[in-house]
Amino acid sequence: MLWTRKDLLGLEYLNREEIELILDTASSFKEVSTREIKKVPALRGKTAVNLFYEPSTRTRVSFEVAAKRLSADVINIAAETSSVRKGETLIDTGKNIQALKADIVIIRHNCSGAANMLARALDISVVNAGDGWHEHPTQALLDMLTLQEKLGSIRGLHVTIVGDIAHSRVARSNIWGLTKLGAQVTVCAPEILIPAGIEKMGVNISNNIDQALKNADAVNVLRMQFERDANAAFPEQLEYFKKFGITSERLAKAKKNIIVMHPGPINRGIEVSSEVADGENSVILEQVTNGIAVRMAVLFLVSQGKG
Amino acid sequence: MNILIKGGRVIDPKNKIDAVMDILLENGKISKIAKNITTKTETFIDAHGKIVAPGIVDMHVHLREPGREDKETVSSATAAAASAGVTTVLAMPNTHPAMDCAENINLLKKIISKSAKINVLICAAISRGRLGQELNDFVKLQKAGALAVSDDGSSVDSDVLMLAALKAAAKCRLLTICHCEDKSLSCFGVMNTGFNSTRLGLRGISKASEYKRIERDIKLAEKVKAAVHIAHLSCSESVEIVAKAKKRGVLVTCETAPHYFSLTEEALLDYDTNKKMNPPLRAPSDLLAIKQGLKDGTIDAIASDHAPHTENEKNIEFERAEFGVVGLETELAVGITELVTPGILSLSQLMQKISLNPSRILGIDKGTLSIGAAADIMIVSADQLWTVEKKKLLSKSRNSAFLGKQLRGVVDYTICSGKIIFKR
Repeated sequence: MLWTRKDLLGLEYLNREEIELILDTASSFKEVSTREIKKVPALRGKTAVNLFYEPSTRTRVSFEVAAKRLSADVINIAAETSSVRKGETLIDTGKNIQALKADIVIIRHNCSGAANMLARALDISVVNAGDGWHEHPTQALLDMLTLQEKLGSIRGLHVTIVGDIAHSRVARSNIWGLTKLGAQVTVCAPEILIPAGIEKMGVNISNNIDQALKNADAVNVLRMQFERDANAAFPEQLEYFKKFGITSERLAKAKKNIIVMHPGPINRGIEVSSEVADGENSVILEQVTNGIAVRMAVLFLVSQGKG
Repeated sequence: MNILIKGGRVIDPKNKIDAVMDILLENGKISKIAKNITTKTETFIDAHGKIVAPGIVDMHVHLREPGREDKETVSSATAAAASAGVTTVLAMPNTHPAMDCAENINLLKKIISKSAKINVLICAAISRGRLGQELNDFVKLQKAGALAVSDDGSSVDSDVLMLAALKAAAKCRLLTICHCEDKSLSCFGVMNTGFNSTRLGLRGISKASEYKRIERDIKLAEKVKAAVHIAHLSCSESVEIVAKAKKRGVLVTCETAPHYFSLTEEALLDYDTNKKMNPPLRAPSDLLAIKQGLKDGTIDAIASDHAPHTENEKNIEFERAEFGVVGLETELAVGITELVTPGILSLSQLMQKISLNPSRILGIDKGTLSIGAAADIMIVSADQLWTVEKKKLLSKSRNSAFLGKQLRGVVDYTICSGKIIFKR
């Protein structure tokens, strides 16, 4: 299997083999981070630009660390401190980055489709680090790598995604990725946070977390994205925690070794209790570690895919 | 100038003509239609193998002048129109300033008399500044030259104001045109609600936001026995509601736009802002319902909803891009390609939808080749293929939903008031 794409925009656009190639490549890059000298020369002489239009610590730092461990030069641009504030359009900003002879743009943007648009406008590689409610492919890939490590194979797994499905790019990328690799996915949320037609993405829908946990091998807990939609009617926080929060009591009724994932940042006491977040089912910090391997794999592959 | 058009297939639905004939134009009017006219004229057009039909009457066009001359002007829009067989347009009132008083209408009339290449009719605003608060003086607007009223671009939210508008319009026999959208339901959406909006992570515009408002406007019009015209139908429920109202005898007419019978929301899967408009492209089942509505007569007219926007307003993030597409230069060809070629409408029925019916709805003496009528005519190679190319569009804005598409039907001549205003 050879990687041929210049960009990574979303898991909807990839086939099973491509997703497996990223995961395999990530597995082999994982060892680099355990070395005394955490660096390989795979992207020496390449420049990666982190172009972030939304506040982000975890993802931006993770991409930066990943690029540096591959020996790439990394430049960080935060939109609030750049020419964007002077009214420069996304495409103009992108073309300027390309003119600086950068090789990869890693973009985080609050508008769905921003990465697609940039990829169309540029010849250099574009990696989507999260666009609006659309996709966050590297997050889903690191979730899948974590699942694979813990449970062997994705095929046949029951994975429940609980929380703000409507506004979640993490949910969408996970659904595409997991279903392509043969998992059974259930999305669980209050009715108003289940977006129209999501069953056509091949998932089951549940409004009851206890039922949705019953058969689950893993649960991916999403944050309420209150900041994403001022117009939406969100459930009251404590009420949500009561009905959908992941607690020890709820886990006690689920499979014994159920894996608890969370893309972060965690709102303790809203979607997950502290006890669970820090408990033995939780793989939240391992996800962060795997994020570096996955992003190394993605940066490496897209820079091969250009030729 | 006298013109003789010889040997074309003359299609005039009003007079039930569809036959090879000659047409003589004298002093800007149609003076004779017969086989083998031999009168000597200054100009002779050989129309063998071509369609000769009334010029298009497009009752939904945004000319953008005055105010947004960077998007379009009366001059550029009417040149674009002329190149595609359009000889009459109804200019929507959402200009800057809006067409909400006689003074502004007079300003537009001056621009039209100076720079329009075709007939430009004026639709005035229902409310002051199109804000939906205060009713304009329709008698004054009509005296100034308005032919219809609409707050197009926005819907009148207040039931009380809408009812008053319909009453006032009926009293002076002005047509009320409704942009039907309940903003409390469409709520910052950017595309049709459903699987595709979910998959693209975009906020949806429900069909209910359109058809619930159509339901209301029809109910109000029925109450005061006013004529009401529903603009840009996009979904199956809307077609059904209009059909039912027509059955009960409500004075309702409606239009759809070419993109609603040729494209679906699936065209948005690559976030192409040239396919972002309001109402949005809907599901395949809606497209079928629109076609059926055209076929069975529920939908009276086809109008472009020509909505020019600059590159700067379109070549940006999907959610932030303006709504609307240009359409004057493609409406005939999209009609031929999507309706006539597959046999949904005959050519004559298409001519009726794009020319005769809009004229009847507006109460103007257009859309026909009757003797004595103004010589507004298009001559069309109905089978000729062409590809929509950005750089060839004459409109000042090139935000066409059909860029790169191959369409059928090329306009060879456009004649307006007996003058050849376009020749390929």
